[in-house]
Amino acid sequence: MSTDPKRSRSTLRASVTLLAAAALYEAIARTGYFPPALMPTLPSVWNALFNSLIDGTMIMHAAATMYRVMVGLGIAVAVGLPLGILMGRFKPIEHFFMPLVSALMPIPSLAWVPVFILWFGLGNTVAILIVVYAAMFPMVLNTWAGVRAVNPLWLRAAGAMGADERRMFWKVIMPGASPFIITGLRQAFLRAWIAVIGAEFLAASDFGLGWVIFDAKEFLNADLMLASLIVIGGIGFLFERLVFGSIEKATVERWGMVQMVKG
Amino acid sequence: MADATTDTGAFAALSSAPQRDARWRVVARNVFPFVVVFGLWEIVARSGMFPPRLFPSLVTVARAFVDLTLSGILLHHTFDTLLRLFAGFFLAAVVGVTLGILMGRSRRAEDIILPLVSIGAPIPGLAYAPLFLLWFGLGNKSTVLLVAFVSAFSVIFNTWTGVKAVKEVWVRSAQAMGADDRRLFVKVILPGALPYILTGLRLGLAQAWRILVGVEMLAAVPWGLGWMIFGAREFLNTDVMLAGVFVIGVLGLALEKLVFQKLEQYTVMRWGMMT
Repeated sequence: MSTDPKRSRSTLRASVTLLAAAALYEAIARTGYFPPALMPTLPSVWNALFNSLIDGTMIMHAAATMYRVMVGLGIAVAVGLPLGILMGRFKPIEHFFMPLVSALMPIPSLAWVPVFILWFGLGNTVAILIVVYAAMFPMVLNTWAGVRAVNPLWLRAAGAMGADERRMFWKVIMPGASPFIITGLRQAFLRAWIAVIGAEFLAASDFGLGWVIFDAKEFLNADLMLASLIVIGGIGFLFERLVFGSIEKATVERWGMVQMVKG
Repeated sequence: MADATTDTGAFAALSSAPQRDARWRVVARNVFPFVVVFGLWEIVARSGMFPPRLFPSLVTVARAFVDLTLSGILLHHTFDTLLRLFAGFFLAAVVGVTLGILMGRSRRAEDIILPLVSIGAPIPGLAYAPLFLLWFGLGNKSTVLLVAFVSAFSVIFNTWTGVKAVKEVWVRSAQAMGADDRRLFVKVILPGALPYILTGLRLGLAQAWRILVGVEMLAAVPWGLGWMIFGAREFLNTDVMLAGVFVIGVLGLALEKLVFQKLEQYTVMRWGMMT
């Protein structure tokens, strides 16, 4: 933080690099060496992005994708968080669920897409379930690890000072496990974000950013594809930086927990 | 699960005869959940609540698995998938480690590569799939390239961090003791950055694996586990699909346990870089 001039210099360098890369791309695209349908020039990508934003289609698709991610992530958190806490606190529950989690985790969520399509038909349900599957494991495992990583000294100190079960949970265990839980949430979102695109490719319902890209391929609309890629990357980036960054600031950093995790 | 079982396993081995049954208890404890889940599945499947084509009993799935294995079809699918995985991953490892080390050692390389990598990284790898299919055509070429492209990011980032994290004191003391550039690199920087590089490779392989199954469904490759599951959908062969999912799960587990944990034991742990 202290070296502001250094920081602006690296921003400058980054922008120079990116401009050079863009110029190189543009030059190659304009030579006509590759067909323009496959390698559109930057202005045409920009046009595609701008037009689809103006007429609202891109926003609608992004909203459909976000809806799927949010519902799926919500279910994954609603199930995964309590499960992880229970697994961290009670041995029998850990013994029952841990083998199942370890067995299911290495199966990529996309492998379930065809199975889910058969069971639930094309459409929203499949995409949401795939998101749930993808987001569940980071949530469960990180919560579990977090609850187990709470310093036993704190637990005993709180117990000695007369904290009951409920207060122990809210005042010691939850804050203590929160850095892990937030990491889990972050990973869950990233996984969900990847999975939803894949699910939208395969279980093509009529909306969603993944569907736009896949549909654009049929009509050789590389400009629209690149435009949706920009939107997908932008949303992912914004979420990572703004949402999770501010959650972290409001909770973990204020409680002074982050140092411990990083150290 | 891994921690718990190995801990108790080591314990049982230490205190030999009287606690031999402790081992059995661990095995039983790990098997029990599967017995419950499989039992529930079997009951639901046999109750006729869902059509058996869509919700086959485990016996049918096992039979499909055995049939596919005996006829060699499953083996062919698996072999092709693994070949693609390793081809893509190998490409990613070579390119990623090279770029990461360059970025860590040279200021100029960092300035050029880092912005490009940071822009590409937040886009989910699978989203590039249609673009790659458009550019490189359906089939093996785009599958392997996409797998390589996707897994390269975590390799690059971790290698870069690892090279940057090598202690300045080590570098300077090696130089003071007269190490030339090559020896500095081989003896100090590479071992110092290795824990990070291995983490990157591990993450990269996991990512490659997750993406590959999806890409195989999209890229219309003639063989491959992803394609096998997706193709079985057309004929409502749910048993084949579930057998395929099972194989995918076993392979994923094997990759993690056999390839990377072993590699870590032989290198990083032996050098005392990690506990």
